Amino acid sequence: MFSFIARIGDSFLYMIRDQGRMGIFLLSALRGIFARPFRFREVVRQIRIIGADSVWVIFFTALFTGMVLGLQGYYTLRKFGSEGLLGSAVALSLIRELGPVLTALMVIGRAGSAMCAEIGIMRNSEQLDALECMAVDPFRYLITPKFLATIISIPILTQFFNIIGIVGGYIAGVILLGVNPGAFHSGIEQSVVNLDINLGIVKSFVFALLVVWICTGKGYFVNILRNAGFGAEGVSRATTNAVVVSSISVLIWDYLITAIML
Amino acid sequence: MGLFDYGNNVMSKAVIEFHNVVKSFGDQRVLDGVNVSFEIGKTTVIAGGSGQGKSVTLKLILGLLQPDSGQIIIAGQDITKLKRRHLNDVRKNFGVLFQGAALLDSMSVYENLALPLKERTAYKSADIDQRVHEMLAQFNLGGHGDKFPAQLSGGMKKRVGLARALMLQPEIMLFDEPTTGLDPHITLEIYRLFYKTQKQYGYTSIIVSHDIPKVFNLADRVILLTNGKMATFSSPEEIPESDDPDVISFAVETMGHIYSSRDMEQKI
Repeated sequence: MFSFIARIGDSFLYMIRDQGRMGIFLLSALRGIFARPFRFREVVRQIRIIGADSVWVIFFTALFTGMVLGLQGYYTLRKFGSEGLLGSAVALSLIRELGPVLTALMVIGRAGSAMCAEIGIMRNSEQLDALECMAVDPFRYLITPKFLATIISIPILTQFFNIIGIVGGYIAGVILLGVNPGAFHSGIEQSVVNLDINLGIVKSFVFALLVVWICTGKGYFVNILRNAGFGAEGVSRATTNAVVVSSISVLIWDYLITAIML
Repeated sequence: MGLFDYGNNVMSKAVIEFHNVVKSFGDQRVLDGVNVSFEIGKTTVIAGGSGQGKSVTLKLILGLLQPDSGQIIIAGQDITKLKRRHLNDVRKNFGVLFQGAALLDSMSVYENLALPLKERTAYKSADIDQRVHEMLAQFNLGGHGDKFPAQLSGGMKKRVGLARALMLQPEIMLFDEPTTGLDPHITLEIYRLFYKTQKQYGYTSIIVSHDIPKVFNLADRVILLTNGKMATFSSPEEIPESDDPDVISFAVETMGHIYSSRDMEQKI
């Protein structure tokens, strides 16, 4: 009985310590933004890795998501004789929800997992310790550029996703299924308002911060994660953990932001 | 004037002092109220069995780990109470050769060597280039500057690691298992480099090693870690003269073929 209570208490204390560690990690990474000299070249390099190299993944995800929306939307709206609203349905779904969420999830899968593994391996092979021993701040040198690059890349990729998604919806709805192109365009113009755009932008910034924070943090603390194991297995589990936790966090915050802003 | 300059009476001064240091991992108490000092200009070898806390001692000195209690005084400052910025000021006086060399594996050998100069000095590119090429030549790494750590042998990685640690001519060098995993020939080469560079740069050194008794040839002092306690000896020859059964047991296991006197065996 006592051991059961002790285990609950131990888990609770671990959770508190973990939240504290991650909180201090976030503050240290954000503080690095204001440290000089500004690592412009490293930030640009990370934007290429996290942002530019994700363009094709985002392109195909957006195109086919938009086409499926066009297809499903057409058959659903046709039942009510409202095919003309297809542009509105596709654009609102993408701008408000699917654009920010799917972009964040794709970046987690492509770049977030890689960030976690990279930093985890550096931790295990004492490269982070080596940086500290050379009096080089690992946050300023390694973590902050990834923060900045992700916070810049995800909102841009989200807007790219929205545009390609709407094009996908147009291809499926107008070109393949024969919806009136004028109705498709005017549907978008009449239904999308500033609030929708702002909602999407706020979500993309929040998701970017969540993704980079969780993925780099899980890698940075790979050696003290509970049940993570050591060596390659530890990095593998930390990476899985980072992908799962950041994906779920994105979905939870998607709901919270929508509830607050609408 | 360096952080560890004490004026004329340099040889008698401790650069690093442990006062009642305790460090545990879970239920295991690795260091149990350790009191020890490391003297300037000396080579101190820390020996002991696996899991006895040798590498932990180095990490405590570097501020990479915090003790559960006790003080670690470096150049008059208790580093356990320093903030990161001030800790970095202390770390600037250290060079470290890690067990696996800890080279940044996404960078070439050249970039690894240039890193401390780029980050910690105001040298211009031409000066950095010149200094890196000097070090590459000195450590017999000429022609390997463009290679990445994954393309190097174990011995070469250690040479690059040592060269990087010495780029800023530190006052104290810490060696964490410098010859583990190396064949006898490369081990000898690393020891030769140690002799050569210590003579050239005049650093104080602390060496953690399993390579007993060979590593004792480098030692001015030996610190033996057994059961969370440290015993200090002014020379390796003093070890078998100890009355501590743990120390004698360690000496027979690791140095038995050198000190296999009947007296020592009778002590056990």
